[in-house]
Amino acid sequence: MTLTTTPTELPIAPPADPLAQAIADVEGLPEPAPELATDQPVKTKELVIVNWSGELDKVWPVLILSSTAAASGVRCKVFVTFWGLLPFVKDQKRIVGDNWMQKMLTLMQRPGIDHLKLSKMNFLGMGPWMMGSLRKQYNVASPRELLEAANALGVEFIPCQMTMDMFGLKREDLIDEMGEPAGAATAIEIMTEADASLFI
Amino acid sequence: MTLQITTQVDARGLSCPMPIVKTAQAIKTIASGDLIEVLATDAGSVKDFAAWSRTTGNDLVEQSVDGSVYRFVLRRK
Repeated sequence: MTLTTTPTELPIAPPADPLAQAIADVEGLPEPAPELATDQPVKTKELVIVNWSGELDKVWPVLILSSTAAASGVRCKVFVTFWGLLPFVKDQKRIVGDNWMQKMLTLMQRPGIDHLKLSKMNFLGMGPWMMGSLRKQYNVASPRELLEAANALGVEFIPCQMTMDMFGLKREDLIDEMGEPAGAATAIEIMTEADASLFI
Repeated sequence: MTLQITTQVDARGLSCPMPIVKTAQAIKTIASGDLIEVLATDAGSVKDFAAWSRTTGNDLVEQSVDGSVYRFVLRRK
């Protein structure tokens, strides 16, 4: 068996005629992309926050950032999961869930936006009480006021269906402003589409 | 030249982020090109109103300080 070799192309093309090269260069230019036109509307910026903790010192910044984002014309979605769901339970609900274990959760951690605990220095409620007192002294908006502002400005709160099932929370247990429950794939989709995403 | 202010927001005494939140709500009530005047005492609002103006495209046409009161005039985009 004999090996036949075919002449291979030179890796580098020989220098072409300068005029032909110039024409090829011009003709080879890509068409200007239509979306680069200046009269096209700019895509609205988007922020996604995963609200996981349910603690005062985490939910507060979530509400501050989400309401400020919406106030700044940035579309804001908050995916509300795990402990993060409890602050979004309606005020009149005290103990929720179907079985004793689910009921124990809300017995030990009172749900609702006015009953948040601190992640540190809680001291059986002394910490949040002092924080509330400082808040009033310095005229800082409460989580409730910020939640109202966030809702008025169109922040989209998306409750996690899996957590709702596990905690025994029904759609009617959550505040009316909450959006349709969704799952992890929705969270991933909105996070990857957004310009920034935070897990708080 | 005196500016023709359409509406005012008194955010004196309010802390971050309420001066911005209240301004964002109020600016929706005026027409494009009209002016809104904001009074605030939050020291952070100097940087925040500049940033908010850049993010939203509403022009910050005037700003001044009188004692501890900051005044901002913005033109709706």
